[in-house]
Amino acid sequence: MLTMQEIMETINMVQEEKLDIRTITMGISLRDCCDPDPKKAGQKIYDKITRLAENLVPIGEDIAREFGIPIVNKRISVTPISLVGDCAHTEDYVVFAEAMDRAAEEVGVNFIGGFSALVHKGMTGGDTKLIQSIPRALAETERVCASVNVATTKAGINMDAVYLMGKVIRETAEKTRERDGLGCAKLVTFANVPEDNPFMAGAFHGVGEPESVINVGVSGPGVVSRAVSRVKESDFGTLAETIKKTAFKITRMGELVGRTAASRLGLPFGIVDISLAPTPAVGDSVAEILESMGLERCGTHGTTAALALLNDAVKKGGAMASSYVGGLSGAFIPVSEDAGMIRAVEEGALNLEKLEAMTCVCSVGLDMIAVPGDTSAETLAAIIADEAAIGVINQKTTAVRIIPAPGKEVGERVEYGGLLGSAPVMPVHRFSSTEFVRRGGRIPAPVHSLSN
Amino acid sequence: MLNSLTREKKNRVIVTVLGPDKVGIIAGVAQILSNNKVNILDISQTILQEFLAMVLIADMEASEIDLLTLKQELNTLGAKIGVRIDAQHEDAFSYMHRI
Repeated sequence: MLTMQEIMETINMVQEEKLDIRTITMGISLRDCCDPDPKKAGQKIYDKITRLAENLVPIGEDIAREFGIPIVNKRISVTPISLVGDCAHTEDYVVFAEAMDRAAEEVGVNFIGGFSALVHKGMTGGDTKLIQSIPRALAETERVCASVNVATTKAGINMDAVYLMGKVIRETAEKTRERDGLGCAKLVTFANVPEDNPFMAGAFHGVGEPESVINVGVSGPGVVSRAVSRVKESDFGTLAETIKKTAFKITRMGELVGRTAASRLGLPFGIVDISLAPTPAVGDSVAEILESMGLERCGTHGTTAALALLNDAVKKGGAMASSYVGGLSGAFIPVSEDAGMIRAVEEGALNLEKLEAMTCVCSVGLDMIAVPGDTSAETLAAIIADEAAIGVINQKTTAVRIIPAPGKEVGERVEYGGLLGSAPVMPVHRFSSTEFVRRGGRIPAPVHSLSN
Repeated sequence: MLNSLTREKKNRVIVTVLGPDKVGIIAGVAQILSNNKVNILDISQTILQEFLAMVLIADMEASEIDLLTLKQELNTLGAKIGVRIDAQHEDAFSYMHRI
Protein backbone atom coordinates (compact mmCIF):
# COMPACT_ATOMS: atom_id res chain seq x y z
CA MET A 1 0.00 0.00 0.00
CA LEU A 2 1.15 3.52 -0.74
CA THR A 3 2.21 5.62 2.20
CA MET A 4 0.64 8.94 3.05
CA GLN A 5 4.02 10.59 2.52
CA GLU A 6 4.24 9.27 -1.04
CA ILE A 7 0.73 10.37 -1.86
CA MET A 8 1.33 13.83 -0.44
CA GLU A 9 4.59 14.08 -2.39
CA THR A 10 2.78 13.48 -5.67
CA ILE A 11 -0.02 15.91 -4.79
CA ASN A 12 2.56 18.51 -3.81
CA MET A 13 4.46 18.04 -7.08
CA VAL A 14 1.33 18.84 -9.07
CA GLN A 15 -0.17 21.56 -6.90
CA GLU A 16 2.86 23.42 -5.59
CA GLU A 17 5.65 22.57 -7.99
CA LYS A 18 3.72 22.74 -11.25
CA LEU A 19 4.35 19.20 -12.43
CA ASP A 20 2.42 18.62 -15.59
CA ILE A 21 2.45 16.63 -18.76
CA ARG A 22 3.45 19.23 -21.29
CA THR A 23 2.03 17.53 -24.33
CA ILE A 24 0.41 14.44 -25.74
CA THR A 25 1.34 14.57 -29.39
CA MET A 26 -0.33 12.35 -31.92
CA GLY A 27 1.85 11.55 -34.90
CA ILE A 28 -0.07 10.98 -38.12
CA SER A 29 1.37 9.78 -41.41
CA LEU A 30 0.09 11.74 -44.39
CA ARG A 31 2.00 9.71 -46.95
CA ASP A 32 -1.27 8.44 -48.41
CA CYS A 33 -2.56 11.99 -48.91
CA CYS A 34 -0.53 12.88 -52.00
CA ASP A 35 -2.46 14.07 -55.03
CA PRO A 36 -1.49 15.90 -58.22
CA ASP A 37 -4.37 18.28 -57.50
CA PRO A 38 -3.29 20.41 -54.53
CA LYS A 39 -6.90 21.05 -53.49
CA LYS A 40 -7.61 17.32 -53.35
CA ALA A 41 -4.41 16.73 -51.42
CA GLY A 42 -5.47 19.44 -48.95
CA GLN A 43 -8.84 17.77 -48.53
CA LYS A 44 -7.21 14.37 -47.95
CA ILE A 45 -4.93 15.94 -45.32
CA TYR A 46 -7.88 17.54 -43.56
CA ASP A 47 -9.97 14.38 -43.68
CA LYS A 48 -7.24 12.11 -42.38
CA ILE A 49 -6.23 14.34 -39.48
CA THR A 50 -9.80 14.99 -38.35
CA ARG A 51 -10.64 11.29 -38.64
CA LEU A 52 -7.68 9.99 -36.64
CA ALA A 53 -7.41 12.78 -34.07
CA GLU A 54 -11.13 13.19 -33.42
CA ASN A 55 -10.91 11.85 -29.85
CA LEU A 56 -7.44 13.08 -28.94
CA VAL A 57 -8.54 16.11 -26.95
CA PRO A 58 -11.49 14.57 -25.02
CA ILE A 59 -9.43 11.49 -24.14
CA GLY A 60 -6.53 13.68 -23.03
CA GLU A 61 -8.87 15.67 -20.82
CA ASP A 62 -10.38 12.54 -19.27
CA ILE A 63 -6.94 11.17 -18.44
CA ALA A 64 -5.90 14.46 -16.90
CA ARG A 65 -8.93 14.38 -14.61
CA GLU A 66 -8.61 10.73 -13.66
CA PHE A 67 -4.95 10.95 -12.73
CA GLY A 68 -5.24 14.47 -11.38
CA ILE A 69 -2.34 15.75 -13.44
CA PRO A 70 -2.71 18.60 -15.93
CA ILE A 71 -2.02 17.74 -19.56
CA VAL A 72 -1.26 21.19 -20.84
CA ASN A 73 -1.31 20.56 -24.58
CA LYS A 74 -2.79 18.10 -26.99
CA ARG A 75 -1.02 18.36 -30.32
CA ILE A 76 -0.54 16.74 -33.69
CA SER A 77 2.53 16.10 -35.79
CA VAL A 78 2.36 15.01 -39.42
CA THR A 79 4.63 13.72 -42.17
CA PRO A 80 6.88 16.50 -43.50
CA ILE A 81 4.62 18.32 -45.94
CA SER A 82 7.44 18.61 -48.49
CA LEU A 83 7.04 14.84 -49.04
CA VAL A 84 3.26 14.98 -49.24
CA GLY A 85 3.24 17.97 -51.55
CA ASP A 86 6.00 16.89 -53.91
CA CYS A 87 3.68 15.37 -56.50
CA ALA A 88 1.11 18.18 -56.43
CA HIS A 89 1.08 20.53 -59.42
CA THR A 90 1.53 23.78 -57.55
CA GLU A 91 4.21 26.26 -56.56
CA ASP A 92 2.32 27.34 -53.47
CA TYR A 93 2.23 25.01 -50.47
CA VAL A 94 0.22 27.40 -48.29
CA VAL A 95 -2.86 25.41 -49.30
CA PHE A 96 -1.50 22.44 -47.30
CA ALA A 97 -0.79 24.63 -44.27
CA GLU A 98 -4.37 25.89 -44.43
CA ALA A 99 -5.68 22.32 -44.50
CA MET A 100 -3.55 21.48 -41.44
CA ASP A 101 -4.75 24.61 -39.66
CA ARG A 102 -8.42 23.87 -40.31
CA ALA A 103 -8.00 20.27 -39.17
CA ALA A 104 -6.22 21.38 -35.99
CA GLU A 105 -8.99 23.84 -35.22
CA GLU A 106 -11.64 21.19 -35.87
CA VAL A 107 -10.14 18.67 -33.42
CA GLY A 108 -9.25 21.36 -30.88
CA VAL A 109 -5.45 21.21 -30.73
CA ASN A 110 -3.45 24.41 -30.30
CA PHE A 111 -0.51 23.48 -32.53
CA ILE A 112 0.12 21.14 -35.42
CA GLY A 113 3.68 20.47 -36.55
CA GLY A 114 5.02 19.11 -39.80
CA PHE A 115 5.11 21.95 -42.29
CA SER A 116 8.61 20.66 -42.66
CA ALA A 117 11.39 19.66 -45.00
CA LEU A 118 14.54 17.59 -44.52
CA VAL A 119 17.21 19.17 -46.68
CA HIS A 120 20.49 18.35 -44.92
CA LYS A 121 22.07 17.14 -48.13
CA GLY A 122 20.10 18.98 -50.77
CA MET A 123 16.68 20.15 -51.81
CA THR A 124 14.08 18.52 -54.03
CA GLY A 125 11.52 20.60 -55.90
CA GLY A 126 9.01 19.99 -53.13
CA ASP A 127 11.50 21.02 -50.45
CA THR A 128 12.23 24.31 -52.19
CA LYS A 129 8.55 25.10 -52.68
CA LEU A 130 7.81 24.27 -49.07
CA ILE A 131 10.59 26.45 -47.68
CA GLN A 132 9.55 29.33 -49.90
CA SER A 133 5.96 28.95 -48.69
CA ILE A 134 6.93 29.09 -44.98
CA PRO A 135 6.64 32.88 -44.44
CA ARG A 136 3.13 33.06 -45.86
CA ALA A 137 2.05 29.75 -44.30
CA LEU A 138 3.04 30.97 -40.84
CA ALA A 139 1.50 34.39 -41.36
CA GLU A 140 -1.79 33.09 -42.71
CA THR A 141 -2.38 30.23 -40.25
CA GLU A 142 -2.66 30.19 -36.46
CA ARG A 143 -1.68 26.70 -35.40
CA VAL A 144 0.77 25.43 -38.00
CA CYS A 145 4.42 25.01 -37.03
CA ALA A 146 7.27 24.68 -39.52
CA SER A 147 10.70 23.13 -39.25
CA VAL A 148 13.60 22.53 -41.61
CA ASN A 149 16.50 20.18 -40.99
CA VAL A 150 19.62 21.66 -42.60
CA ALA A 151 22.38 19.41 -41.26
CA THR A 152 23.18 15.95 -39.97
CA THR A 153 26.34 14.35 -38.65
CA LYS A 154 26.20 11.92 -41.60
CA ALA A 155 25.64 14.53 -44.32
CA GLY A 156 27.31 17.66 -43.06
CA ILE A 157 25.77 21.13 -43.21
CA ASN A 158 23.80 22.26 -46.25
CA MET A 159 24.96 25.86 -46.27
CA ASP A 160 22.68 26.76 -49.20
CA ALA A 161 19.74 25.76 -47.04
CA VAL A 162 21.21 27.58 -44.04
CA TYR A 163 21.46 30.81 -46.03
CA LEU A 164 17.98 30.32 -47.43
CA MET A 165 16.64 29.88 -43.88
CA GLY A 166 18.29 33.15 -42.88
CA LYS A 167 16.24 34.85 -45.59
CA VAL A 168 13.08 32.89 -44.77
CA ILE A 169 13.31 33.84 -41.08
CA ARG A 170 13.60 37.52 -42.00
CA GLU A 171 10.67 37.30 -44.38
CA THR A 172 8.57 35.42 -41.81
CA ALA A 173 9.24 38.12 -39.22
CA GLU A 174 8.30 40.79 -41.75
CA LYS A 175 5.05 39.03 -42.70
CA THR A 176 4.01 38.87 -39.03
CA ARG A 177 5.35 42.33 -38.26
CA GLU A 178 2.25 43.58 -36.45
CA ARG A 179 2.54 40.66 -34.02
CA ASP A 180 6.23 41.15 -33.14
CA GLY A 181 7.36 38.57 -35.69
CA LEU A 182 5.26 35.80 -34.14
CA GLY A 183 5.72 33.61 -37.23
CA CYS A 184 9.35 33.04 -36.25
CA ALA A 185 8.23 31.52 -32.93
CA LYS A 186 6.64 28.76 -35.00
CA LEU A 187 9.71 28.06 -37.15
CA VAL A 188 12.68 25.90 -36.13
CA THR A 189 15.87 25.25 -38.09
CA PHE A 190 17.43 21.94 -37.02
CA ALA A 191 20.57 19.88 -37.19
CA ASN A 192 20.15 16.13 -36.51
CA VAL A 193 16.41 16.52 -36.07
CA PRO A 194 14.66 13.68 -34.21
CA GLU A 195 11.68 12.16 -36.02
CA ASP A 196 9.56 11.50 -32.94
CA ASN A 197 9.80 14.79 -31.07
CA PRO A 198 6.47 15.66 -29.42
CA PHE A 199 7.40 19.27 -28.63
CA MET A 200 6.49 22.23 -30.80
CA ALA A 201 7.47 24.00 -32.87
CA GLY A 202 9.82 21.30 -34.14
CA ALA A 203 7.52 18.28 -34.10
CA PHE A 204 6.87 16.24 -37.22
CA HIS A 205 6.02 12.60 -37.92
CA GLY A 206 9.17 11.04 -39.36
CA VAL A 207 9.33 8.72 -42.34
CA GLY A 208 10.34 5.72 -40.20
CA GLU A 209 7.32 6.16 -37.93
CA PRO A 210 4.15 4.02 -37.97
CA GLU A 211 0.82 5.08 -39.46
CA SER A 212 -0.10 6.85 -36.25
CA VAL A 213 1.51 6.99 -32.80
CA ILE A 214 1.29 8.70 -29.41
CA ASN A 215 4.35 10.50 -28.06
CA VAL A 216 4.46 12.32 -24.77
CA GLY A 217 6.50 15.26 -23.52
CA VAL A 218 6.84 15.65 -19.76
CA SER A 219 7.79 18.79 -17.94
CA GLY A 220 8.64 19.66 -14.38
CA PRO A 221 11.43 22.23 -13.95
CA GLY A 222 9.59 23.39 -10.81
CA VAL A 223 9.76 19.94 -9.25
CA VAL A 224 13.48 19.62 -10.00
CA SER A 225 14.16 23.14 -8.75
CA ARG A 226 12.49 22.46 -5.38
CA ALA A 227 14.33 19.14 -5.04
CA VAL A 228 17.64 20.89 -5.76
CA SER A 229 16.86 23.58 -3.16
CA ARG A 230 16.38 20.85 -0.58
CA VAL A 231 19.97 19.60 -0.98
CA LYS A 232 21.77 22.93 -0.65
CA GLU A 233 25.41 22.60 0.39
CA SER A 234 25.56 18.88 -0.40
CA ASP A 235 28.22 17.62 -2.82
CA PHE A 236 27.76 17.03 -6.56
CA GLY A 237 27.14 13.30 -6.15
CA THR A 238 24.16 13.98 -3.90
CA LEU A 239 22.97 16.76 -6.20
CA ALA A 240 23.06 14.49 -9.27
CA GLU A 241 21.37 11.68 -7.36
CA THR A 242 18.57 14.00 -6.23
CA ILE A 243 17.90 15.22 -9.77
CA LYS A 244 18.00 11.66 -11.06
CA LYS A 245 15.40 10.44 -8.59
CA THR A 246 13.16 13.41 -9.31
CA ALA A 247 13.47 12.93 -13.07
CA PHE A 248 12.54 9.28 -12.58
CA LYS A 249 9.29 10.22 -10.86
CA ILE A 250 8.40 12.86 -13.43
CA THR A 251 9.05 10.47 -16.30
CA ARG A 252 6.96 7.72 -14.73
CA MET A 253 4.01 10.08 -14.86
CA GLY A 254 4.70 10.69 -18.55
CA GLU A 255 4.96 6.98 -19.22
CA LEU A 256 1.66 6.33 -17.45
CA VAL A 257 -0.18 9.09 -19.31
CA GLY A 258 1.34 8.16 -22.66
CA ARG A 259 0.52 4.48 -22.37
CA THR A 260 -2.98 5.17 -21.13
CA ALA A 261 -3.64 7.64 -23.95
CA ALA A 262 -2.24 5.29 -26.57
CA SER A 263 -4.29 2.39 -25.27
CA ARG A 264 -7.53 4.40 -25.22
CA LEU A 265 -6.92 5.77 -28.69
CA GLY A 266 -6.04 2.30 -29.96
CA LEU A 267 -2.62 3.43 -31.13
CA PRO A 268 0.94 2.29 -30.47
CA PHE A 269 2.82 4.18 -27.77
CA GLY A 270 5.93 5.82 -29.21
CA ILE A 271 8.20 7.56 -26.75
CA VAL A 272 8.40 9.75 -23.69
CA ASP A 273 10.46 12.86 -24.31
CA ILE A 274 12.12 13.55 -20.97
CA SER A 275 12.97 17.17 -21.68
CA LEU A 276 12.64 19.71 -18.90
CA ALA A 277 10.39 22.25 -20.58
CA PRO A 278 10.00 25.58 -18.79
CA THR A 279 7.05 27.95 -19.02
CA PRO A 280 6.93 31.68 -18.30
CA ALA A 281 5.16 30.92 -14.98
CA VAL A 282 7.18 31.75 -11.88
CA GLY A 283 8.73 28.58 -10.42
CA ASP A 284 8.68 26.68 -13.70
CA SER A 285 12.12 27.72 -14.90
CA VAL A 286 15.25 25.84 -15.93
CA ALA A 287 17.33 28.95 -15.10
CA GLU A 288 16.02 28.75 -11.55
CA ILE A 289 17.27 25.17 -11.24
CA LEU A 290 20.76 26.30 -12.25
CA GLU A 291 20.54 29.16 -9.77
CA SER A 292 19.34 26.76 -7.04
CA MET A 293 22.56 24.85 -7.61
CA GLY A 294 24.50 27.86 -6.37
CA LEU A 295 24.92 30.25 -9.30
CA GLU A 296 24.00 33.84 -8.55
CA ARG A 297 22.50 34.22 -12.02
CA CYS A 298 22.04 31.87 -14.94
CA GLY A 299 24.72 32.76 -17.48
CA THR A 300 27.60 33.34 -15.10
CA HIS A 301 30.73 31.17 -15.12
CA GLY A 302 29.80 27.63 -14.12
CA THR A 303 26.44 27.72 -15.91
CA THR A 304 27.52 25.30 -18.64
CA ALA A 305 28.82 22.82 -16.06
CA ALA A 306 25.65 23.11 -14.00
CA LEU A 307 23.50 22.56 -17.10
CA ALA A 308 25.59 19.56 -18.16
CA LEU A 309 25.10 17.97 -14.74
CA LEU A 310 21.37 18.71 -14.84
CA ASN A 311 20.88 17.38 -18.34
CA ASP A 312 22.81 14.18 -17.69
CA ALA A 313 21.06 13.44 -14.40
CA VAL A 314 17.65 14.01 -16.00
CA LYS A 315 18.51 11.54 -18.75
CA LYS A 316 19.78 8.91 -16.33
CA GLY A 317 16.65 9.13 -14.18
CA GLY A 318 14.35 9.34 -17.16
CA ALA A 319 15.91 6.45 -19.02
CA MET A 320 15.25 4.17 -16.03
CA ALA A 321 11.64 5.27 -15.80
CA SER A 322 10.48 4.69 -19.34
CA SER A 323 10.88 1.78 -21.70
CA TYR A 324 11.08 4.12 -24.71
CA VAL A 325 12.77 7.47 -24.36
CA GLY A 326 13.09 9.60 -27.47
CA GLY A 327 12.49 12.97 -29.06
CA LEU A 328 14.76 15.73 -27.84
CA SER A 329 15.13 14.53 -24.24
CA GLY A 330 17.24 17.17 -22.56
CA ALA A 331 16.72 20.48 -20.81
CA PHE A 332 15.24 23.26 -22.94
CA ILE A 333 16.63 26.73 -22.53
CA PRO A 334 14.16 28.95 -24.43
CA VAL A 335 14.69 32.54 -23.38
CA SER A 336 11.17 33.91 -23.81
CA GLU A 337 9.49 30.91 -22.20
CA ASP A 338 11.54 30.94 -19.00
CA ALA A 339 11.17 33.71 -16.42
CA GLY A 340 14.65 33.02 -15.00
CA MET A 341 16.27 33.24 -18.45
CA ILE A 342 14.48 36.52 -19.17
CA ARG A 343 15.71 37.97 -15.89
CA ALA A 344 19.26 36.78 -16.56
CA VAL A 345 19.25 38.47 -19.98
CA GLU A 346 17.77 41.69 -18.64
CA GLU A 347 20.34 41.89 -15.86
CA GLY A 348 23.18 41.31 -18.33
CA ALA A 349 24.14 37.90 -16.94
CA LEU A 350 23.26 35.94 -20.06
CA ASN A 351 24.15 36.69 -23.67
CA LEU A 352 23.94 34.95 -27.02
CA GLU A 353 27.49 33.58 -26.80
CA LYS A 354 26.87 31.96 -23.41
CA LEU A 355 23.59 30.52 -24.64
CA GLU A 356 25.45 29.01 -27.57
CA ALA A 357 27.94 27.39 -25.20
CA MET A 358 25.07 26.04 -23.11
CA THR A 359 23.54 24.39 -26.17
CA CYS A 360 26.63 22.17 -26.41
CA VAL A 361 25.49 20.28 -23.33
CA CYS A 362 21.71 20.29 -23.52
CA SER A 363 18.85 20.18 -25.93
CA VAL A 364 18.02 21.89 -27.99
CA GLY A 365 19.62 25.09 -29.13
CA LEU A 366 19.19 28.82 -29.40
CA ASP A 367 15.51 28.86 -28.62
CA MET A 368 13.04 31.74 -28.64
CA ILE A 369 15.65 34.41 -28.84
CA ALA A 370 14.76 37.88 -30.06
CA VAL A 371 17.43 39.86 -31.90
CA PRO A 372 17.26 43.34 -33.44
CA GLY A 373 14.92 43.67 -36.42
CA ASP A 374 17.70 44.85 -38.69
CA THR A 375 19.77 41.68 -38.21
CA SER A 376 20.75 40.57 -41.72
CA ALA A 377 19.83 37.24 -43.31
CA GLU A 378 23.57 36.51 -43.47
CA THR A 379 24.02 37.01 -39.73
CA LEU A 380 20.97 34.85 -38.99
CA ALA A 381 22.40 32.19 -41.31
CA ALA A 382 25.77 32.37 -39.55
CA ILE A 383 24.08 31.90 -36.18
CA ILE A 384 22.28 28.84 -37.60
CA ALA A 385 25.56 27.54 -39.05
CA ASP A 386 27.27 27.80 -35.65
CA GLU A 387 24.49 25.87 -33.96
CA ALA A 388 24.41 23.27 -36.74
CA ALA A 389 28.18 22.81 -36.37
CA ILE A 390 27.76 22.11 -32.65
CA GLY A 391 25.10 19.52 -33.44
CA VAL A 392 26.95 17.89 -36.31
CA ILE A 393 30.28 17.60 -34.52
CA ASN A 394 28.79 16.46 -31.22
CA GLN A 395 26.30 14.06 -32.83
CA LYS A 396 23.37 15.71 -31.11
CA THR A 397 20.30 17.70 -32.03
CA THR A 398 20.67 21.44 -32.13
CA ALA A 399 18.21 24.03 -33.38
CA VAL A 400 17.63 27.71 -33.83
CA ARG A 401 14.34 29.46 -33.21
CA ILE A 402 15.22 33.10 -33.51
CA ILE A 403 13.09 36.20 -34.00
CA PRO A 404 14.51 39.26 -35.73
CA ALA A 405 11.96 41.50 -33.99
CA PRO A 406 10.58 43.84 -36.65
CA GLY A 407 11.38 47.47 -35.93
CA LYS A 408 12.88 46.71 -32.53
CA GLU A 409 16.30 47.31 -31.05
CA VAL A 410 18.34 45.99 -28.14
CA GLY A 411 16.60 46.77 -24.86
CA GLU A 412 13.08 46.54 -26.28
CA ARG A 413 10.88 43.45 -25.88
CA VAL A 414 8.70 41.20 -27.96
CA GLU A 415 5.46 40.03 -26.32
CA TYR A 416 3.60 36.90 -27.38
CA GLY A 417 1.76 35.91 -24.20
CA GLY A 418 0.76 32.39 -23.23
CA LEU A 419 3.36 29.63 -23.37
CA LEU A 420 5.51 31.61 -25.82
CA GLY A 421 6.05 34.38 -23.28
CA SER A 422 8.02 37.52 -23.96
CA ALA A 423 11.67 38.15 -24.76
CA PRO A 424 14.11 41.01 -24.42
CA VAL A 425 15.84 41.84 -27.71
CA MET A 426 19.45 40.64 -27.43
CA PRO A 427 22.45 42.07 -29.27
CA VAL A 428 24.15 40.12 -32.07
CA HIS A 429 27.79 40.39 -33.10
CA ARG A 430 28.49 43.60 -35.00
CA PHE A 431 31.09 42.08 -37.33
CA SER A 432 29.93 40.63 -40.64
CA SER A 433 29.77 36.94 -41.62
CA THR A 434 28.47 37.68 -45.11
CA GLU A 435 31.39 36.48 -47.19
CA PHE A 436 31.51 33.18 -45.33
CA VAL A 437 27.79 32.49 -45.58
CA ARG A 438 27.62 33.36 -49.28
CA ARG A 439 30.19 30.75 -50.33
CA GLY A 440 27.39 28.27 -50.92
CA GLY A 441 27.52 24.49 -51.06
CA ARG A 442 27.80 22.02 -48.24
CA ILE A 443 30.18 21.73 -45.30
CA PRO A 444 31.35 18.09 -45.46
CA ALA A 445 30.39 15.58 -42.81
CA PRO A 446 32.94 15.25 -40.00
CA VAL A 447 35.40 12.37 -39.95
CA HIS A 448 33.55 10.59 -37.14
CA SER A 449 30.55 10.22 -39.44
CA LEU A 450 32.62 7.46 -41.07
CA SER A 451 31.60 4.97 -38.44
CA ASN A 452 30.73 1.96 -40.60
CA MET B 1 1.67 -3.46 -14.97
CA LEU B 2 0.76 -2.47 -18.48
CA ASN B 3 -2.07 -4.97 -18.46
CA SER B 4 -3.52 -3.56 -15.29
CA LEU B 5 -3.55 -0.22 -17.01
CA THR B 6 -5.23 -1.24 -20.20
CA ARG B 7 -7.70 -3.66 -18.69
CA GLU B 8 -8.29 -1.43 -15.68
CA LYS B 9 -8.56 -4.46 -13.47
CA LYS B 10 -7.30 -2.56 -10.52
CA ASN B 11 -9.87 0.05 -9.76
CA ARG B 12 -8.66 1.84 -6.71
CA VAL B 13 -8.77 5.55 -6.14
CA ILE B 14 -6.97 7.89 -3.81
CA VAL B 15 -9.18 10.53 -2.22
CA THR B 16 -7.34 13.46 -0.70
CA VAL B 17 -8.66 16.24 1.51
CA LEU B 18 -6.59 19.35 2.14
CA GLY B 19 -7.72 22.41 4.02
CA PRO B 20 -8.69 23.89 7.38
CA ASP B 21 -9.98 21.24 9.78
CA LYS B 22 -13.73 21.27 10.33
CA VAL B 23 -16.42 19.08 11.80
CA GLY B 24 -17.91 16.54 9.41
CA ILE B 25 -15.37 16.42 6.60
CA ILE B 26 -14.71 12.70 6.86
CA ALA B 27 -18.38 11.99 7.43
CA GLY B 28 -19.25 13.91 4.27
CA VAL B 29 -16.68 12.10 2.17
CA ALA B 30 -17.66 8.71 3.59
CA GLN B 31 -21.31 9.46 2.88
CA ILE B 32 -20.63 10.11 -0.80
CA LEU B 33 -18.50 6.97 -1.08
CA SER B 34 -21.04 4.73 0.61
CA ASN B 35 -23.93 6.20 -1.39
CA ASN B 36 -22.14 5.11 -4.53
CA LYS B 37 -20.97 1.72 -3.23
CA VAL B 38 -17.32 2.69 -3.12
CA ASN B 39 -15.53 0.64 -0.46
CA ILE B 40 -13.04 2.40 1.84
CA LEU B 41 -9.83 0.38 2.28
CA ASP B 42 -7.66 2.69 4.31
CA ILE B 43 -7.78 6.14 5.86
CA SER B 44 -4.95 8.17 7.33
CA GLN B 45 -4.83 11.77 8.34
CA THR B 46 -2.64 14.30 10.04
CA ILE B 47 -3.18 17.81 11.28
CA LEU B 48 -0.43 20.21 10.25
CA GLN B 49 -0.93 23.34 12.32
CA GLU B 50 -4.66 23.89 11.81
CA PHE B 51 -4.70 22.19 8.41
CA LEU B 52 -6.12 18.79 7.78
CA ALA B 53 -4.45 16.43 5.34
CA MET B 54 -6.42 13.27 4.83
CA VAL B 55 -5.72 10.44 2.44
CA LEU B 56 -8.26 7.75 1.78
CA ILE B 57 -7.80 4.69 -0.41
CA ALA B 58 -10.99 3.25 -1.82
CA ASP B 59 -12.03 0.44 -4.11
CA MET B 60 -14.40 1.30 -6.98
CA GLU B 61 -14.93 -2.30 -8.11
CA ALA B 62 -18.63 -2.27 -7.16
CA SER B 63 -19.07 1.45 -7.69
CA GLU B 64 -22.22 2.68 -9.36
CA ILE B 65 -20.50 5.73 -10.84
CA ASP B 66 -17.26 6.27 -12.71
CA LEU B 67 -14.21 8.06 -11.39
CA LEU B 68 -14.95 11.37 -13.11
CA THR B 69 -18.45 11.55 -11.62
CA LEU B 70 -17.15 10.66 -8.17
CA LYS B 71 -14.51 13.31 -8.53
CA GLN B 72 -17.17 15.87 -9.39
CA GLU B 73 -19.30 14.98 -6.37
CA LEU B 74 -16.29 15.25 -4.08
CA ASN B 75 -15.19 18.55 -5.64
CA THR B 76 -18.67 19.94 -5.05
CA LEU B 77 -18.67 18.83 -1.42
CA GLY B 78 -15.23 20.38 -0.96
CA ALA B 79 -16.35 23.68 -2.42
CA LYS B 80 -19.36 23.66 -0.07
CA ILE B 81 -17.38 23.14 3.13
CA GLY B 82 -14.30 25.11 2.08
CA VAL B 83 -11.65 22.39 1.70
CA ARG B 84 -10.06 20.84 -1.34
CA ILE B 85 -11.30 17.30 -1.98
CA ASP B 86 -10.10 15.31 -4.95
CA ALA B 87 -10.09 11.77 -6.25
CA GLN B 88 -7.40 10.35 -8.49
CA HIS B 89 -6.75 6.92 -9.93
CA GLU B 90 -4.30 4.99 -7.76
CA ASP B 91 -2.03 4.38 -10.76
CA ALA B 92 -1.02 8.07 -10.72
CA PHE B 93 0.70 7.39 -7.41
CA SER B 94 1.77 3.77 -7.66
CA TYR B 95 3.33 4.33 -11.07
CA MET B 96 5.45 7.13 -9.63
CA HIS B 97 6.51 5.46 -6.39
CA ARG B 98 6.59 1.73 -7.22
CA ILE B 99 8.47 -0.14 -9.90
